[in-house]
Amino acid sequence: MSTTPAGGIVFEGVTKSYTRRAVTTTALRNVSLQVAAGTVFGVIGYSGAGKSTLIRTVNGLEKPTSGRVLIDGVDISSLRGRELRAAQKSTGMIFQQFNLLDTLTARDNVALPLRLDGVSPADARRRADETLDFVGLSDKGARHPGELSGGQKQRVGIARALARNPRILLSDESTSALDPSTTAQILALLREINREYGTTIVVVTHEMDVIKDLAQEVAVMADGEVVEHGSVLDTFIRPRAAVTRDFVDTIVPRDLPRRVTDHLGGEGLWRMLLLDAEVEQPLVTGLIRDVGVEVNLLHADMTQIQDHTVGQMIIKVSGTPNQLGAARRYLAERVVELEEVVA
Amino acid sequence: MNGGKWTLITPDIYLRALGETLQMLGVSLVLGSLLGIVLGAILALTRRGGILQNVPVNIVLGAIVNLVRSLPFIILLVAILPFTRLIVGTSIGVWAAIVPLTVMVAPYIARLVENSLLEVPAGVVEAARAMGASPLQIFWRFLLPEARGSLILALTIATVGLIDATAMAGTVGAGGIGDLALSYGYQRYDGFAMVITCVTLIVLVQGIQAIGSSFARRYRRR
Repeated sequence: MSTTPAGGIVFEGVTKSYTRRAVTTTALRNVSLQVAAGTVFGVIGYSGAGKSTLIRTVNGLEKPTSGRVLIDGVDISSLRGRELRAAQKSTGMIFQQFNLLDTLTARDNVALPLRLDGVSPADARRRADETLDFVGLSDKGARHPGELSGGQKQRVGIARALARNPRILLSDESTSALDPSTTAQILALLREINREYGTTIVVVTHEMDVIKDLAQEVAVMADGEVVEHGSVLDTFIRPRAAVTRDFVDTIVPRDLPRRVTDHLGGEGLWRMLLLDAEVEQPLVTGLIRDVGVEVNLLHADMTQIQDHTVGQMIIKVSGTPNQLGAARRYLAERVVELEEVVA
Repeated sequence: MNGGKWTLITPDIYLRALGETLQMLGVSLVLGSLLGIVLGAILALTRRGGILQNVPVNIVLGAIVNLVRSLPFIILLVAILPFTRLIVGTSIGVWAAIVPLTVMVAPYIARLVENSLLEVPAGVVEAARAMGASPLQIFWRFLLPEARGSLILALTIATVGLIDATAMAGTVGAGGIGDLALSYGYQRYDGFAMVITCVTLIVLVQGIQAIGSSFARRYRRR
């Protein structure tokens, strides 16, 4: 396989609505986003948020009602028929339900896109075997999908999507039907594809874990709109929209039990986030020794977001108003994010 | 009662009837399948949301298929006699039965084929479209192989239905096993003729069903 550097996607005011029996539903409202070539871009939202419709505009399965979708500067949304089918060959897609042909072997499933292009059966199979080897299924080429596990089926799906060396790989909830350890393996494989071949990957999911492990940038969708968009790290540290907070909470839970906030709420109940080296500071000791306040540690956890370590601490600080002010200044200098916990 | 003989049918009579049945069955099955598969494919592909969506074509074709399927075979057989005469030049004999048998079975197969094609998961078609397959490629390389097992079962059902219908072909003098049962077994009180024709039909149907099921199993990988 050769490296394919291009694969940038631009959504320009993409709107999609359907009219059926005089009822119009809008799946996408004026979505504008840029996906840089060679990056992994996550789209997260609850079901019905429009995220699946959005990635289907990238490979022409859905046509925007208005707006444009550009791939490396070419407006895919204006193409039809033969031209559209030619353009579709530069994108691969993987699905939640794998969508393999049950009557074909794994090898023939992977060879199928090449056979559509008129590649000879022998060449298509050779290429299929290479791709199956890359996804770690070199010994399963002769098996039918019915004989494979969910994770193996998704690997076949990935191999099929990669067979033509696409610039862009679209993943529609590709791990949602898999168990956690299989999910981790599939995500690792997708990371490797991105690293090895520079393939742009657009990942649609409702699981923040997938975004955390895979994406560099994320767009959060609700009701057909992009409500928030930015780097995954920034989004984890400072989520703005309520939906985003809900998703971030699934990884970094911010809620204390109601009884605890009722008792300890108000002045001095703080939540802080610590980034990378900040987690190595003896903050509690510092507060007690240098500021002279009492500290009650209520909650602490840590998670890995790609190359970064993100820690969270929730503490109750007690002391005079002056001491609390000093404690706040002490922490603000040392942590990336500090906020009052509201009961 | 049978002129002293224990049966009126001779091996010659029996074999000729069997030959007539197999001839009617074979020819009308081949013609009906070709026609039915094409019609069924058009029905499945032109429906709303299909890869060649064309609602007017779908509605008109669906109405024609329903119209033919509304008529009991014995009525269809006599109702289209002028058409039969136009096609094969005669309104009696095996060929005169093959025309109405084909006209009867084609729409039946069409509906079964339509159903088999619609059973293919929508995700398979979506994957095909995502990889830029043309409508023809979607049909040949995705829908048809995935529906293969179910299509074989559908054709098996249609074949059994055809055997049923050939029994009425005696009405236009086409003979066959069914006619043997009626004209000898029933009208001339020949118990042996009745038994042997029944056994023949049972063996025929069981055999066809067994062959069909085994092919379907082989081609249906799930």
